[in-house]
Amino acid sequence: MSALCEIRGLSVTYQGHPVPALTNVDIDIHPGERLAIIGESGSGKSTLARTIAGLLPAGARVRGEMRWSIGQAPLPGRDMGFVFQDPSASLNPVLTIGEQVAEGARRNLGLTWKAAHERALDMLERVRIPDPAKVLKAFPHQLSGGQRQRVAIAAALATGPGILIADEATSALDMIVQAEIVSLLDELVREAGMTLVFITHDVALASGFADRVAIFRNGELVEAGPVGAVLTAPENGYTRTLLASHRDLSTPPLIREAAT
Amino acid sequence: MMLLDIANLSRRFSSGGRDVAALSDVSLTLASGETLGLAGASGSGKSTLARILLRLIPADGGTIHFEENDWLKLSGAELRRRRAKMQMVFQDILGAFNPRATVASVLDDPLRIHEIVPKAERPKEIAALLERVGLPASYATRSIREVSGGQRQRIAIARAIATRPSLIVLDEAVSALDVSIRGKILELLVELQQERGIAYLFVSHDLAVLRAVSHRIAVMEAGRLVEIGAASQVIENPRSSAARALIAAVPRLVTGLPERHHYDV
Repeated sequence: MSALCEIRGLSVTYQGHPVPALTNVDIDIHPGERLAIIGESGSGKSTLARTIAGLLPAGARVRGEMRWSIGQAPLPGRDMGFVFQDPSASLNPVLTIGEQVAEGARRNLGLTWKAAHERALDMLERVRIPDPAKVLKAFPHQLSGGQRQRVAIAAALATGPGILIADEATSALDMIVQAEIVSLLDELVREAGMTLVFITHDVALASGFADRVAIFRNGELVEAGPVGAVLTAPENGYTRTLLASHRDLSTPPLIREAAT
Repeated sequence: MMLLDIANLSRRFSSGGRDVAALSDVSLTLASGETLGLAGASGSGKSTLARILLRLIPADGGTIHFEENDWLKLSGAELRRRRAKMQMVFQDILGAFNPRATVASVLDDPLRIHEIVPKAERPKEIAALLERVGLPASYATRSIREVSGGQRQRIAIARAIATRPSLIVLDEAVSALDVSIRGKILELLVELQQERGIAYLFVSHDLAVLRAVSHRIAVMEAGRLVEIGAASQVIENPRSSAARALIAAVPRLVTGLPERHHYDV
């Protein structure tokens, strides 16, 4: 399969940090796949997301290659969308929701403000915001965290990008909202045939919908492959530890129920 | 007599001109050495309950009895003195500490304020506390900023047990931690409970975490307590729609063949 993006020998070191945040990473992103990048704090997963997105801070040293099949990197904000952990940080507090969702479409697709607003209304409907016409005129602080994240997704998808990078996009939300947002993201990218790079610390969350997973630790790619293969028969000891640490409702409790 | 007896607790907030019931007529009890998991989605009122209990915000109505004291009536020196018995651990550990503090000063404060041990014995007590939560005594001289998130949470637990409490309120206390560290912190909490008979009110939106440590689980929705029972009973036979939604939202590890997992929400 020809890759959408081939990453080879990628190393990233932030300014003022002696230790690289990513070391010698080789990974392919396939067109139309849901790729989950999984790791704990300090694993380098967010650095990979920022490198793909072209959002590394000034002074970061990057070695290695990122080859895009279309010859050039997708234009961030137009061909590539982002959703981050904290939607409040992605939204401008003094602009209405409508202005923010419409802005990218107006600027990048050359729509008029009127057409861009119609597009924004359509996007808010697609992310299933209740009463979208009213929300268009609202400000971010008037929405709940889950609704703000829906708005951030609408803004990221308003230009019809081919690839979406979601960096811990559901980690700040409660579990019920998290499940809703993950299912929404899954549905939207599938519908549009988009490529999704989903960065998460939660292997179980990724196991529910990713096609491929890549496990990171201490800046290195530990293991990557189809989700079923990696999670059923992990080759690496760290992947096994990560799976063993997972706790859900069928995990035996640490206490005996009858209180003493 | 129960360690903690909350009866008909209510609290309203006004938000954007609307009057919102953050807590409506909530009653529950907690026995010594027991863990009650308090579950609910964002905005269900679980943190409001914890904050009222900790006397961080007042209630509009209802009563709380803690160690047989009329808890909401206590004030001044009497409240400060009794507070030693009810401690707390929150999610945002760095935010809970003075950023310039050393580990030793973080642990020295409660020992000094509540006069737990004489001044000369405090360094020894600090070393014992650190050791008890699985950290080397040499950590005392470190800055609170230079330790990792998991270590900082251990220090927060050490601070909470320093005053020899009978109840610790844990509000999303492990939610920000990596899974591998989360499990170890939960094990530490269970050990401390078995060793010292501490009761926990464990507030979380994550039922998998609550299932691990709770004897009973209470579920809140829109300010009301909608279900309470033995942990296994609530998880296996939920009666409220709020409990069913929380259970459905816990991500399951799908390790089989690429069969699609559907989130039924």
